[in-house]
Amino acid sequence: MLLMLLLLLTAGTGTGAGTGAGTGTGAPPLRGPALRSSPPVPASPSASPPLLLLPKPRAEYGAPGVASARSAAEEPAGGGGEEAGEQHHHHGGGFRVVQWEWSYVQTPYIIAIWLLVASVAKILFHFSQRFTTVVPESCMLILLGLVLGGIVLIANKKQLYQLEPALFFLFLLPTIVGDAGYFMPARLFFDNLGAILMYAVVGTLWNAFCTGFSLYAAKLVGVIDERVHADLLDFLLFGALVSAVDPVAVLAVFEEVHVNDTLFIIVFGESLVNDAVTVVLYKVYISFVEVGAENVQTVDYFKGVASFLIVSIGGTLVGLVFAVLLGFITRFTKKVRIIEPLFVFLLVYLAYLTAELFSLSAILSMTFCGIGANKYVEANISQKSRTTVKYTMKTLASIAETIIFIFLGISAVDKTKWAWDTGLVSCTLIFIFIFRAMGVIGQTWVLNRFRLVPLDKIDQVVMSYGGLRGAVAFALVVLLDGEQVRAKDYFVATTIVVVFFTVMFQGLTIKPLVKWLKVPRSTSRKPTINEEIHERAFDHILTAVEDIAGLQGYHHWRDKWEQFDKNYLSKLLLRKSVYRKSELWEAYQKINIRDAISVIDQGGNVLTSARLSLPSMTSRASFPEVTNVTNYLRENGSGVCLDLQVIDNVPGAKVEEDMETHHVLAENLYKPRRRYQSAYSRHFMPLGEKERQDREVFQRNMKSRMETFKSTRHKRHKKERSLKKRRGSDSKEDGNEKPRRNVSWQDKDPVVVPVESEEEKGEHSDPEKEKEEDEGITFVARKAETPKIRPKSVPAALEGCHSPPAAPYSPTSEDSHLPWKGGVGSPPPCVSVEATKIIPVDLQQAWNQSISSLESISSPPAPAEPVHPRVSALSRLGGPRPASYTPPGSLAGSTSSVGAQVAQGSFCFPEKKEEEEEEEEEEEEGALQEMRPLMSSLRPPGAMPPPPQPPPGSAPGSGKRRNPCVYLRSFVTAPPPPPPPPPPPPPGDSRSRGPTQL
Amino acid sequence: MGSRASTLLREEEIEEIKKETGFSHSQITRLYSRFTSLDKGENGTLSREDFQRIPELAINPLGDRIINAFFPEGEDQVNFRGFMRTLAHFRPIEDNEKNKNSSASEPLNSRTNKLLFAFRLYDLDRDDKISRDELLQVLRMMVGVNISDEQLGSIADRTIQEADTNGDNSISFNEFIKVPPVDGEQDY
Repeated sequence: MLLMLLLLLTAGTGTGAGTGAGTGTGAPPLRGPALRSSPPVPASPSASPPLLLLPKPRAEYGAPGVASARSAAEEPAGGGGEEAGEQHHHHGGGFRVVQWEWSYVQTPYIIAIWLLVASVAKILFHFSQRFTTVVPESCMLILLGLVLGGIVLIANKKQLYQLEPALFFLFLLPTIVGDAGYFMPARLFFDNLGAILMYAVVGTLWNAFCTGFSLYAAKLVGVIDERVHADLLDFLLFGALVSAVDPVAVLAVFEEVHVNDTLFIIVFGESLVNDAVTVVLYKVYISFVEVGAENVQTVDYFKGVASFLIVSIGGTLVGLVFAVLLGFITRFTKKVRIIEPLFVFLLVYLAYLTAELFSLSAILSMTFCGIGANKYVEANISQKSRTTVKYTMKTLASIAETIIFIFLGISAVDKTKWAWDTGLVSCTLIFIFIFRAMGVIGQTWVLNRFRLVPLDKIDQVVMSYGGLRGAVAFALVVLLDGEQVRAKDYFVATTIVVVFFTVMFQGLTIKPLVKWLKVPRSTSRKPTINEEIHERAFDHILTAVEDIAGLQGYHHWRDKWEQFDKNYLSKLLLRKSVYRKSELWEAYQKINIRDAISVIDQGGNVLTSARLSLPSMTSRASFPEVTNVTNYLRENGSGVCLDLQVIDNVPGAKVEEDMETHHVLAENLYKPRRRYQSAYSRHFMPLGEKERQDREVFQRNMKSRMETFKSTRHKRHKKERSLKKRRGSDSKEDGNEKPRRNVSWQDKDPVVVPVESEEEKGEHSDPEKEKEEDEGITFVARKAETPKIRPKSVPAALEGCHSPPAAPYSPTSEDSHLPWKGGVGSPPPCVSVEATKIIPVDLQQAWNQSISSLESISSPPAPAEPVHPRVSALSRLGGPRPASYTPPGSLAGSTSSVGAQVAQGSFCFPEKKEEEEEEEEEEEEGALQEMRPLMSSLRPPGAMPPPPQPPPGSAPGSGKRRNPCVYLRSFVTAPPPPPPPPPPPPPGDSRSRGPTQL
Repeated sequence: MGSRASTLLREEEIEEIKKETGFSHSQITRLYSRFTSLDKGENGTLSREDFQRIPELAINPLGDRIINAFFPEGEDQVNFRGFMRTLAHFRPIEDNEKNKNSSASEPLNSRTNKLLFAFRLYDLDRDDKISRDELLQVLRMMVGVNISDEQLGSIADRTIQEADTNGDNSISFNEFIKVPPVDGEQDY
């Protein structure tokens, strides 16, 4: 490992500079072109002196590459003439086939090499599982840094690389803070805001003052050597910068320790928020040191306090402004999904830079920008963008963290930068530890008087022990001006030791400590929908109780905030389509997806890709069930919606026929191999052929697997809804029929697919969304209209209804639902023994008839059916379809109720239950009557299927659609009983209970 | 108002309430003044209308349920004792109480009682089970119109399925207790 790193290192440092780290001592012979020409190289994407965190006059900061170039340049290179000669040699002598252009690529090259070293190092650490569980990664990285630094030092006699404050504050820190802020659990953060603020402000002040004064006292007593030229102000300054808990270190260590959430958020929140305190204290002291202690007036102290308020509040406000901006911008990125993540990064980073610009607390700014924008951004941007943002942020943060720790190690090696004083070092270590512990205990005592869940002793121990110092302190101390703070070198050394001690020793021991103290760990508990619901309910309850008791407590204000958010902010910052969605529903979807994925993870697959790979007509016809199950699951509004895009686009109670049609096409068709394909697009991410197929296999798989899950759910409310459902099944079949026909149709025209599928995949529902936004009012009308694309066979069914129990045709519709029940592997409740008893004889005959007729229907795959003209037109257009549509997933309630009505009307199962619900039925019939003209008028001419055929073109929304073929078959294969058969024994016991309850 | 409150509230009454609910003396007097200010009829009891006059409560989606929780079954008036008894559910558990909790009678603000209070808000028919319909009603109150019945139905199904351990398609109190993440309820 070492060897490898060494190689990498030499690649980074040596190659160009020619120092030959392995071989070379001293005099670098080949230093040449790289260095000389490095000044003209536009070396700095990063050299941005004016934005430095602190107004310290070190102008020449930059990325590591720049730094190296600089420090190397400073080095008295052996032979300037040699270099010049070499350069000449390079560019002289006519045309050269290959040129050595190191100077040209130097900066980015070195940066890239560094990243590579860091990443490879990370991989290597994790080779040994046991090792990493004991030693935190941050320790390993620092050690690695020490080693690397040592090598460079030996090779060069001079440290080339340093953790430059500008690099740290402008690039490394923001990536970590941005990640932390954006993914901060907002609720947890605000629930503990009081504690966090207390520890961050009071605790940091306490630490800073106590450490400063105590060190001064130690100096007076003589523990600290005379060589350390420092007075009270210097010590206070040092105390301020060394007392702040560091977010990077805390994150690095605590994430591995997995303490419980509350503890984590308090320590981590503190480390973020105390940035403001540290920065202000630091600035105040610096200015005091500059003017000299004797010139400081009382008014300056007040200015210091005011400065603190401005820095912290101002930083927060800047962050919130950018959060609003970010939310607002992402509202309009619908057409340019591909740059959505960029906006997130840019604005969050700009929040940081802007705060730096005004020397406000940049960390606070960024944190609050992340916290504030997260909710709206996540709702606005697409699923893919969400994933992109997440991974990019995590990657950047991880790499930044790695680099910081490595550089800490490297910087420590450079002996010229620091001076050692044992007294100072040991005193500082002891003081910060003691005062941290005292501060925590004292504050916790106060806090526990107000906290509902008090922090107990173990928590306090962990909090004291977890006060890790890190790179922020180091960067601040390096920024000190050696002219004014004469003890700077001592401070640097002490800070390095403190950082190393806290990160390495405490970081190493905190895990055993936590284990030993039995600190409640965070359990990676999955969120459940119950929690989601009850948490909301409790919030409401508590708010209400506060209102009743006349208190204006936390819940009161949170409720006020939520009202405000709902009434104004969300309206402003969320897309309208998103705004209408319910958070609860979103949460539900998420949980469902998670479940689905875990189901897949656990089980094998049902379908192999081989089976899916041939998109030919015959193969498809041979297992239509796959298609239809998919279809069923997708359109069924109950949310086991595995297509992420569907989920993405599920708009509240909106009914989108268009989307539905698109989906019927997009989902049910195995994608034909593309005839042509736009090979490259900057604006859309094309899915590779392979990827698409994998995805298809995955989705179909998942859906069919979720079937089981669903069926249990269906059992559940059978009691209440069995009737409805049975009726609903009519329409369900319709839906199934349609896609199949589309399949056949679509296949004849494969060219269409390539054209539309690209956009369709990603964007298909966009037009609908737009439309939605425009026509909120037609909402109601749509409801009424939804049935119109529905069962063409409805009239037949309706007739059955009018002559209730015994019309010979009624069984068709009735039968069609039976298979639906049976298909899930459970018996249709309506054919249970009890039910059959009450069926009159003539009905039984009808029943049998219909069964036999069904038999005949269900066997042929019915490819030749006429294509629904509208559907074909639609799919050809691929464009938006107005008014009458239903979104597959969610049309849920609005449609389903209507759908249920229709279905109910059409279904006339002669059963006792029906009588019981006759009144209900009558009402519904009334509704049906009203709708019928509409339906019939909308029914496309000539699209009527043969009567026994399960009616096609059904309601997309009727959440309960099942595949007719599968279910019909499964039903049919059961012996068609002269008295309707007692259903095949139910697998689910709750299932079997159903019928008796009828 | 404050003086009137304390004159109307007799010391022994305060003592009794103290014993029953665990509120401190000052809390009781403060709540009593709140009680009287809510009591527009000035008859020493609160009616539903009195509660509904609280503006914030009117917009609280669960407001009605919570108001109902203050009224014993079949009554539409609640006196101060009853008022305090209900509020006592929301008193935080104090440190010293934790230890003696094991003793016979459970105080009103125990975790179980808090959860029971919440449970009762769902369980309208008092059969100690939250049925699907009851859950649906509460959900409907909380989500507003943006979510369809079907979606809501599937959420409810899912919820029940998740919590239901004995397979009766409803959430019993025991099942309910196991669910909530919040450690008891907060505040007051």
